[in-house]
Amino acid sequence: MPANPILRLKSVRKTFGHFTALHGIDLAIEEGEFFTIVGPSGSGKSTIIRLLVGMDELTSGEIWLRDKRIDQIPANLRPTCMVFQSLALFPHMSVGQNIEFPLKLRKIDPAKRKARAIELLQLLHLPASYYDKRVTECSGGERQRVALARALAFDPEILFFDEPLSALDYRLRKSLEKELKDLHARTGKTFVYITHSLEEALVMSDRIAIMKSGRFEQISDADEIYSKPVSRFVAEFMGEVNLFQVTASDGRIEGAGLIAAPGDATSTMAERITAARDATLMIRPEYVQFLADGQVADFEISGTLNGIYALGSRIHYEVKTGSGQILTVEKLREDRYDGSQGDTVRLGWSAASAHVIEDTPFEEKVA
Amino acid sequence: MKRLDGKLGTLASLPMLVVLALAFIAPLGLVAIFSILPEKVFSIVNMPNFSAFKTMVNQGYYKSLLWSLFMAFAASTILFIICWPLAYGMAKVFKRFALIITIAVVMSLFVSENIRLFGWVLTLMKGGLIEGYLRHWTGVGFESPLYNVGIIIFGIVYVYLPFMLFPLAQGISMVPEDARQAARDLGATRWQVLTQIDLPLAAPGIMVGYLLTFVLAAGAMAEAKILGGRAVIAIADDIQTAFTYGQNWPLGSALSMVLIVLIGTLAIYGIAKIDLDKIMGRD
Repeated sequence: MPANPILRLKSVRKTFGHFTALHGIDLAIEEGEFFTIVGPSGSGKSTIIRLLVGMDELTSGEIWLRDKRIDQIPANLRPTCMVFQSLALFPHMSVGQNIEFPLKLRKIDPAKRKARAIELLQLLHLPASYYDKRVTECSGGERQRVALARALAFDPEILFFDEPLSALDYRLRKSLEKELKDLHARTGKTFVYITHSLEEALVMSDRIAIMKSGRFEQISDADEIYSKPVSRFVAEFMGEVNLFQVTASDGRIEGAGLIAAPGDATSTMAERITAARDATLMIRPEYVQFLADGQVADFEISGTLNGIYALGSRIHYEVKTGSGQILTVEKLREDRYDGSQGDTVRLGWSAASAHVIEDTPFEEKVA
Repeated sequence: MKRLDGKLGTLASLPMLVVLALAFIAPLGLVAIFSILPEKVFSIVNMPNFSAFKTMVNQGYYKSLLWSLFMAFAASTILFIICWPLAYGMAKVFKRFALIITIAVVMSLFVSENIRLFGWVLTLMKGGLIEGYLRHWTGVGFESPLYNVGIIIFGIVYVYLPFMLFPLAQGISMVPEDARQAARDLGATRWQVLTQIDLPLAAPGIMVGYLLTFVLAAGAMAEAKILGGRAVIAIADDIQTAFTYGQNWPLGSALSMVLIVLIGTLAIYGIAKIDLDKIMGRD
């Protein structure tokens, strides 16, 4: 929990008829933080942002901006601003008029407005000549920048983003992700970003919140969420993962054909597994090794090489275990495994690279 | 193949083009010719002069034209103001209920305009539905609101409401909801959203509604005759009189031409001003 949050949500609940979109969530966002909320469609992330900017009303709970409760304040009086998924640029206005819009509403002198608009155009790497250009004549990336410039012209305390890059092609999205991160650093503003794209979240965020069915599953930095997910849902949502339902007795870990070598590392894990109601062992594909004859590892499993998929710089291997489970192994092209489909292989990994997910029913599927 | 399709298309549309030329352009041309002929002639084989236009000015027919234009403008403006909230509701709020409003409004068109106007006469006349019952129950009556300019404008508003409502609803439905929300998010009050987002983006619908109601209202006469009791004479009434009782086709034609040119210019100017694609960003 941040020591000095700029934004706090206290038991925020939102229902639509009989459907509960948010189940009394709590959240605190630090000043100047790049905070991203990630989740699949229908997880409630857009509902949160609509509540935060005042487009919807809470069913119950409170939203605080520093020491001021803002959930009762109408959208136009909140010191926050949003970049919409559709960008919501005004098609009947020029680029300059779009950027100046919030300044015009505040009755700022036209000369000052124009100067600020041009300053923002330059901040977002757009030429000053774009001031008179129609927004409808701008490319997708340019429109993104205009929307950002407009939001920055408002000078909000917090800038919200509702999946603004989702409609762009891959290359442009990648370059804008970096620009956004750079812009965040240069402006020092608090950014709250909503996306369903894990990649966007990982590239840009200081902290990430994973949402599922109107609740936060986990809030942490990217590294921790990736390497130590609290649930199967988070583990699977954060990318390719191998999961094993395991049990432990007498310090030995068992399940799904897994062989755990006795030792300090595995016995510590075994203690946690024993204590848990239900436990899942997680290993990311990039930590799994093809073991050579005589080579040993903390965890081992045998199987048949089922498929080899080249993904540019990386290669994915699918291995079918004796219990029928499909495991994924990922190698960089230069570390590729020289084998062919149908080969019997031994896979292994260290206890340090594995993680135990506790108290999660194995049958739970990703929504 | 494309060229052949084009030729076939032209050929196929030829009969309709001929019918249009005969039924629409030819009478219009005839009216244009008659407007510059000497008064009270019935043949186009005459030396042209502009006596009909002189009569129009000298005998004060221009007053009817001005009244008609004023009433049309007033009625269109009132229609715009009263239809906007309803059109907004139909486009953005009512959802399925909008269909019921549409059907109700369209149903009113199923009854002849004259019958509907006479209905109002029976309702509003002295001793009519309202005043009659009021006097019967309370002993207090009131003067009939009929037979003045105000009631004519009311009649025009009543009759031409659908012609403003539907284009307006169409125009408002084209305003992206995101743009409205973004404006609000950027600090705009509801009034500022209306003036700076809704009105400019709904301009095509507003223009079409205004043009339709204005053009129809400027050429209307039933309201002035039935509800207004000729408190003022509408230009269309003068045109009809000139062609029928007056037997003065050139005068009727001159009046028609002035009306056509005025309204035509206005319509062309309005349409030229509205670039739908540009407003909606499709250029």
